[in-house]
Amino acid sequence: MFDIFLDDAPALVVVLPLLISAIIAFMPSKIWPWIISIITLFLHLFLSLHLLKEISVSGLIIYEFGNWEPPWGISFKIDGVNIGLQLLFSIFVLVSTFYSRKIFLNEIDYRDSGKAYSLWLLAVGSLNGIILTNDIFNLFVFLEISALASISLIALGAGQNRKALLAAFNYLIIGAIGATFYVIGVGFAYAMTGTLNMNDLVIQLAQYSDGQLAIFAGMSFMLIGLMVKAAIFPVHIWLPPAYSYAPSAVSTLLAALATKTILYFFVRLLYEVFIIYPSYLSLFLDFVLYPLSLLAIFIGTVIAIYQDDIKKLLAFSSIAQIGYITLAFSLKDHSGVASGFVHILNHALIKGGLFMAVGYFAILYKDRVTLNSLKGFGYKYPITSFALLICGLSLIGLPLTNGFISKLYLFQALYTNQMYFSIALVAVSSALAVVYFWKIVEQMWFSEIKFKSEKEDAYIYLPIWIVTISIIVFGIYSTPIIEFSNLSADYLISGYQN
Amino acid sequence: MSNFIYFWNHFAFILLMVGGLFIIITSQNYLKKVVGLAIFQTAVFVFFVSLAKVLDGTAPILTKMANAYSNPLPHVLILTAIVVGVATSALGLALVLQIYKNYETIEEKEIESLELKSDK
Repeated sequence: MFDIFLDDAPALVVVLPLLISAIIAFMPSKIWPWIISIITLFLHLFLSLHLLKEISVSGLIIYEFGNWEPPWGISFKIDGVNIGLQLLFSIFVLVSTFYSRKIFLNEIDYRDSGKAYSLWLLAVGSLNGIILTNDIFNLFVFLEISALASISLIALGAGQNRKALLAAFNYLIIGAIGATFYVIGVGFAYAMTGTLNMNDLVIQLAQYSDGQLAIFAGMSFMLIGLMVKAAIFPVHIWLPPAYSYAPSAVSTLLAALATKTILYFFVRLLYEVFIIYPSYLSLFLDFVLYPLSLLAIFIGTVIAIYQDDIKKLLAFSSIAQIGYITLAFSLKDHSGVASGFVHILNHALIKGGLFMAVGYFAILYKDRVTLNSLKGFGYKYPITSFALLICGLSLIGLPLTNGFISKLYLFQALYTNQMYFSIALVAVSSALAVVYFWKIVEQMWFSEIKFKSEKEDAYIYLPIWIVTISIIVFGIYSTPIIEFSNLSADYLISGYQN
Repeated sequence: MSNFIYFWNHFAFILLMVGGLFIIITSQNYLKKVVGLAIFQTAVFVFFVSLAKVLDGTAPILTKMANAYSNPLPHVLILTAIVVGVATSALGLALVLQIYKNYETIEEKEIESLELKSDK
């Protein structure tokens, strides 16, 4: 009986959250929106697992909407590149929804919880659409739905601090400019090729083998638009205030997944479509993405050291971490792309865990968490503090955590490409990460004030610890993440070498 | 010169686009920023719709004389983009309203000085 639904699994993972979000929007209840969201996301995870099973058999699913064949209709594509991200997405969204309930109840009016979860599911569905879509205009629509949902969620933080409104407004303006740039690029590509489907685009672009200025202009517009959305260094300015003033549950979802899905599409566009102009691609990667990544790593880390507000500190460290990912993607070979995907998956867990722990501290402290306010928290709230410690060590890249695996693969990729300057810079930036994280640890465990431990809420610390344990597990037994990343790189890079 | 006449739609689009961006960047008033954004997005709509025009082409509706058809797809795409643009403007205006309720001004400079005071 469920077979009918399972055939449509690629569409349902996106449509189900969008549909349910409309239903729960006006529920005045305190708890039902959350329960319905949890059930929806369990189904979502089930569908993702089903997709994984299908992919392990067939290797490629192209889902045609309304049975219109690909060049004409919109299609979703699931293959080795995105299945790993899809699975992580499903799992993390479910965990963070468990976490979000008590946090939302503390930070927003309970009468708004229906609307909050409606926006939450809207963001989840549209971000998932970005992972699956195979149509460049369809991507723009998902990009904008996810941006509008995220902006509304960020603005919900205004109950705590009115700066959230300014952060949301800036994100709206800058994000809309980015998305519109992307659409201009789509317009150029459509004018030259007459197609929006990514697979067909590759075929149609091949007829301009010597390259046309209009196509290069279009490609540049698309890439810059996506760079704004993915918060790659000089166009990242919307990100730190948006992540730090959003409600804590929202920061968790956005920091872990929002930029990652866009980075995934960014690399897919580079290595699947624009690959047919190798000279343009290497120009972009070597002279734009590579230097910007190095700057992002260095400047993001240095600014993070000088932050007093912990959520802002984490947001700036996100800029640096996005720099690591784009640095890996700029390497143009299998090891580089694979290590980029390793870090996408690992960093989603690390940053998610960190924002979860800090979000809980914000609830306990009933104010913004600054360095000073963390004094003695290591003794006062040992369970959450210990999770924060492990996530932080993973951010730095200590052995036995998944952050170490990321760094290891990044160093390997850089070493095979003989980029010794980048290796040095990444090493220095990791050392600097120790500085800002040590400041937190010092306040938490080594200040004079000693507290007796207080009771912590199991509904909140259990999800945090699920993420933390997965960080340790993937640090020791890293095979799943490595396998998925190698699979992604296999699919993307095989096109490059032909 | 002939290029200019042939591609005049592109020049119109660029003029609108740069005008919109200029308003977003230079204006200190949040409401004006939202208006600038709307103009900027409209420029892209104009660009897409003008792409669809085929010389001597028309829509084969209510006429049997249509020899060449204009491309309907960009119109449909822009229909979607207009909806997105409306949603963006609506959310932007709602945020401006909330900012006004919280700060009692929507001038960027005044809000910055207010925030500087509250930080001290």
